[in-house]
Amino acid sequence: MKDSVLFYKIEKILGWIRDHFFLILVSLSCVFPLVWMLSSALKTQATVFSDMSLFPAHPQWGNFYLAWTKGGFGIYFFNSIFYTLTVVIGVVFIASLAAYAFARLEFPGKNIFFYLFLATLMIPLPGAFIALYVLLMKLHLVNTRLGYILIQINGGLALGIFLLKTFFERMPRDLEDAARIDGCGKFGIYWRVALPLAKPAIAVVVIFNALTVWNEYLLAMLLLSNKSLMPLQRGLMIFQGAHVTQYPLLMAGITITVIPIVLMYIVMQKYIIAGITAGAVTG
Amino acid sequence: MVAKERFKAIFGNYLFILPALGMFLIFSVYPFFKVFQLSVFQWDGIMPTMKFVGLSHFKDILFRNPTWWQSVGNGAYITFLALTFQNCLAFVLALLVDRGIKGGKIYRVIFYLPPILSGIVVGLIWNWIYNGDYGLLNYALKALGLAGIQRAWLAEPKTALTSVAIIHMWRGFGWGFIIMLAGLQNIPRELYEAAKVDGANKWQMLRRITVPLMIPVFVLVSILTILGCMQIYALIVATTGGGPGYHTEVPVTRIISSMLGQSQFGYACAMGILFGLILLTASMIQLRISRRIKQE
Repeated sequence: MKDSVLFYKIEKILGWIRDHFFLILVSLSCVFPLVWMLSSALKTQATVFSDMSLFPAHPQWGNFYLAWTKGGFGIYFFNSIFYTLTVVIGVVFIASLAAYAFARLEFPGKNIFFYLFLATLMIPLPGAFIALYVLLMKLHLVNTRLGYILIQINGGLALGIFLLKTFFERMPRDLEDAARIDGCGKFGIYWRVALPLAKPAIAVVVIFNALTVWNEYLLAMLLLSNKSLMPLQRGLMIFQGAHVTQYPLLMAGITITVIPIVLMYIVMQKYIIAGITAGAVTG
Repeated sequence: MVAKERFKAIFGNYLFILPALGMFLIFSVYPFFKVFQLSVFQWDGIMPTMKFVGLSHFKDILFRNPTWWQSVGNGAYITFLALTFQNCLAFVLALLVDRGIKGGKIYRVIFYLPPILSGIVVGLIWNWIYNGDYGLLNYALKALGLAGIQRAWLAEPKTALTSVAIIHMWRGFGWGFIIMLAGLQNIPRELYEAAKVDGANKWQMLRRITVPLMIPVFVLVSILTILGCMQIYALIVATTGGGPGYHTEVPVTRIISSMLGQSQFGYACAMGILFGLILLTASMIQLRISRRIKQE
């Protein structure tokens, strides 16, 4: 009897070790390329191909300065920040207005319009960017910040409307009724009551869109040919094309690209995971 | 008077959806139809003249464009590897973490790190790992005494596509893991308790409870995997650019090169439509299969 308890315990411990060994191995594979990127960004052009250490003896922090100034990553960085902020603000404002109407207000054709928005989440049309390019050319918005921003705001609307509508519908009506009795108009109720209450859902929309915009490449490649307008992802490819062998500076550029997104992820991972799950369920 | 008030109220309500609807009509609905219109014209994207060619673009793509079909095949190959290896890994990891293992939260954070990185970033980092002359992989192989299989992984026809697929799976498994974990956590624990009382072992519980209840999640993950893998683009641009030869060309790189490389806007639109149909069919088949499994 005692033997079988001991056997059971040993089996349990072995299983525990096996599970963690596997999980740690996979974790290392996730983190290692990033550590390698950082370590290479700190090496010199001369040592980067021969020095295989993870922690270089003489870290070249100056590489970041060079990438930022000479590599142009400073400009790309500010462009990325600008695009991310404007698109996120645009999506939150426009999507929440529409979502509030779909959840609380009455007007003819409401359901048709809502399903129209939903349809864009379901139907993939891989060639749509060609027509978008043609459209922006007609509107003289190719190679402008505005064109790049508008397209991406539109891209975030459908999911934003869906998430926020669901949230507004679940919200208790009492507060809105109280505001109405106090003489608040429809817009006032939306702006002062509903929107502040929707913060958790808005956080999901913000993060989801921030990730998408920060990582966007195809549209930036298609629409922006002026270096001063390019975001980081496009800038990385331009830099790589021009200086194929300058690995430490390229890795410094990638690090500059990655740091904001990783920081945001660590701070707000709860919302990111909620967003992925929600995005998957609707998409 | 009352009618006027009502009209005013409805008009006011429309104002709420007006910005969204306006953008949607201009940037979603118009391009949608425009793609279909352009697909029957020959047009270089610049000149005001367009030549009507009917369905000849579609015919050409279907019957006289082996490169296109190679690119679809390449996309399908990456998709197949992702559906099997990537999603199996995701499921196994989700099962391990779902058991309430210590540090589960930390693993969750780490596994989702690669998916938040862009295709460009991931591609550029892995470029170097795979590099034939000074890549990390070859260095490791040499250290392990396996110098014989060293090669330029992304530059050789035999290994390029699989190497790209591995990068894609490295980036994607954490995403499948998160969704499958959410699915597992939705399964009521009482079911397992009851099965335990009945004397079921772990394997039986997995087969009889977990897998059947997870089928909707598997279908969802599969559909999204297909849509994601087939539309892969940035990763290709950052690693191989479609080469060597056409060995890593995928549908989106073909569409772009028709559009920008050959200035064949109409042809590119036709490719987009055919490709959209392929994606739609794949999703439909998945849904069908899941319905049939559910009935059984």
